[in-house]
Amino acid sequence: MKRIAITPLLLATALPALADRVPLPANAPPAYQAECGACHMAFQPALLSANDWRRTMAGLKDHFGTDATVDGPAGQEIGSFLERNAGNAGKLGSAGEPPRISQTARFVRKHREIPAKYWKDPRIKSAANCEACHRGAADGNYSEHDIVIRELRR
Amino acid sequence: MRTLPALCLLLVGIAAQAETPQRIGETYAAEAAGRQAGFTPSAQRGETLFRQRFGNNDKMPACTSCHTDSPLSAGQHVVTGKAIRPLAVAANGQRFSDPAKVEKWFGRNCKEVMARDCTPAEKADFVAYMNEVR
Repeated sequence: MKRIAITPLLLATALPALADRVPLPANAPPAYQAECGACHMAFQPALLSANDWRRTMAGLKDHFGTDATVDGPAGQEIGSFLERNAGNAGKLGSAGEPPRISQTARFVRKHREIPAKYWKDPRIKSAANCEACHRGAADGNYSEHDIVIRELRR
Repeated sequence: MRTLPALCLLLVGIAAQAETPQRIGETYAAEAAGRQAGFTPSAQRGETLFRQRFGNNDKMPACTSCHTDSPLSAGQHVVTGKAIRPLAVAANGQRFSDPAKVEKWFGRNCKEVMARDCTPAEKADFVAYMNEVR
């Protein structure tokens, strides 16, 4: 009997946690962190579809106004890592042109309750700054219970 | 012919995995001396460069846009908001220890802020400032 009572409880706590966990694959090449993770967080590949990663890597010469070119083998290695571990295009939805994680339908849906003023808040600055709110973002923890900004925590 | 020894020094420097900030500064200084006889690095010129506003990039007019007015302080990327560890060696012992990394970031950031490559003399001055600032 006890077991039956515990199971739904476990499920209820485990499921949302699972849904908000997007870990960086353990086999991420060191070049990914060094090249991409220097100016912004090393975003988990699952946050964008393979096709959108391919377009992103092809456009690094003008990467949101910055020349972020990664030459030679490192560029190849990063590109194939991202595509191999990319997210499901159907679930993510269109990421726009140029592709932005913050424009995928999934991101928009998950953040629809955030008032507009927060995106301009100096603590946040940009939707690319995941760690400003999700302190565990680099470790793949996007739980809405673990938000740095108190008034946005749930 | 004067550039040859400097070039050799530079290549030796780049080939090494881990270096000291002093050695990295010396390598740039040697390269600069090859172009301009009698060149000696100046931390003061390095500071001027660090603080200079170039006006090529509205969001990043100067090094200080992201690295703050003090190289001893942590900075923040002006566009993405990502935290940046201090540039000064006194505040961050990992700075200027990997020649390839130093070259890469001079390459990216000089183009971004100044819309051109930095000269070896500018790099030598900049490294001297980051080495000395307390």
